[in-house]
Amino acid sequence: MTLRDLIDRLLGRQQASAPTAKHRLQLVLAHDRSDLNPELLQRMRKEILEVVSKYVELDLEGGDVSLETEERTTALVANLPIRRVKDTALQTLASGES
Amino acid sequence: MTASPPRTILICSGKGGVGKTTLTANLGIALASQGVRTAVLDADFGLRNLDLLLGLENRIVYTAQEVLAGSCRLEQAMVKHKQEPNLALLPAGNPRMLEWLKPEDMQKIVELIKPHFDVVLIDAPAGIEDGFKNAAAAAEEAIVVTTPEVSAVRDADRVIGLLNTRNIEPIQLVLNRVRPKMMANQEMLGVSDVTDILALPLLGLVLEDEQVIVSTNRGEPLTLNGGKSPAAVAYRNIARRLQGETIPLPDPTQLNRGLRAKVRQLMQTKIF
Repeated sequence: MTLRDLIDRLLGRQQASAPTAKHRLQLVLAHDRSDLNPELLQRMRKEILEVVSKYVELDLEGGDVSLETEERTTALVANLPIRRVKDTALQTLASGES
Repeated sequence: MTASPPRTILICSGKGGVGKTTLTANLGIALASQGVRTAVLDADFGLRNLDLLLGLENRIVYTAQEVLAGSCRLEQAMVKHKQEPNLALLPAGNPRMLEWLKPEDMQKIVELIKPHFDVVLIDAPAGIEDGFKNAAAAAEEAIVVTTPEVSAVRDADRVIGLLNTRNIEPIQLVLNRVRPKMMANQEMLGVSDVTDILALPLLGLVLEDEQVIVSTNRGEPLTLNGGKSPAAVAYRNIARRLQGETIPLPDPTQLNRGLRAKVRQLMQTKIF
């Protein structure tokens, strides 16, 4: 946050628009470049969450699977906060080893 | 002038109205005045305007169409600029040409032009359809023009993707219509924002300049007769950088260093 952002916030003014523009562009370009449509991404997100949820309990509210782009390469970035490791996952691991 | 092989440079943007044709006209004049034999080719057959910006609209006899049809020689169709004899325009033909024009036709035209010039600038039409693809087929390198606006940057990105698949190299960026005050206030995408997003080297930076409209009205590009307006200087620097000269790019947000600029800088300091 910059000094200007703070003053804007204190005065209840809208924040500068350039950072918003950059952020929106980065998101839309990540999609443009990968040619992944939002529907497909949504499905992928759901399946990734299903797989990960088999092993750990996720904080679904805080999680996010998105496309990010830097230097013209696009990456699928998953940010999945873990509440705890599931007991069942540990058990299957133990039984698999024995 | 030089013994190096002629360069064919596509000037494109994706989005319309960001300053492709203005850049082509001014860069053409600037290069020519610096001793480079320059041809400008209007590849926007649907909505041609390069002739108008160069003030050559009344001197067109033949166009690219007659050259391709073989009904005139290239020298008859090329319109030489009176004040800048190093510059010549090949006008776009009839819009109906779009129905049959193929990438090979553009390649043929450019191959005809190349032996007589050091640089061929190809003014591409807006969009990414056939017109653009025809224009791109004849180019070896490209200049992408954009403005610091989300729609222009997004469209530029699409075009860069297409140029990459065609092995057009190098691709350089011209950032047009920069408003320093807005940029300093963070109400306009910054120079590094745009270059980071598009990942292209910056060839030039042109400030928003009312004189561009005046010069268009007259059909006399700003770079003609040693014009001194900010945009004219920027276009001339672009021409020099294109020839390999190193000319530093100014930071538009630092242009008026005074108390206000200092306050502005203070406001942008990260506090947490």
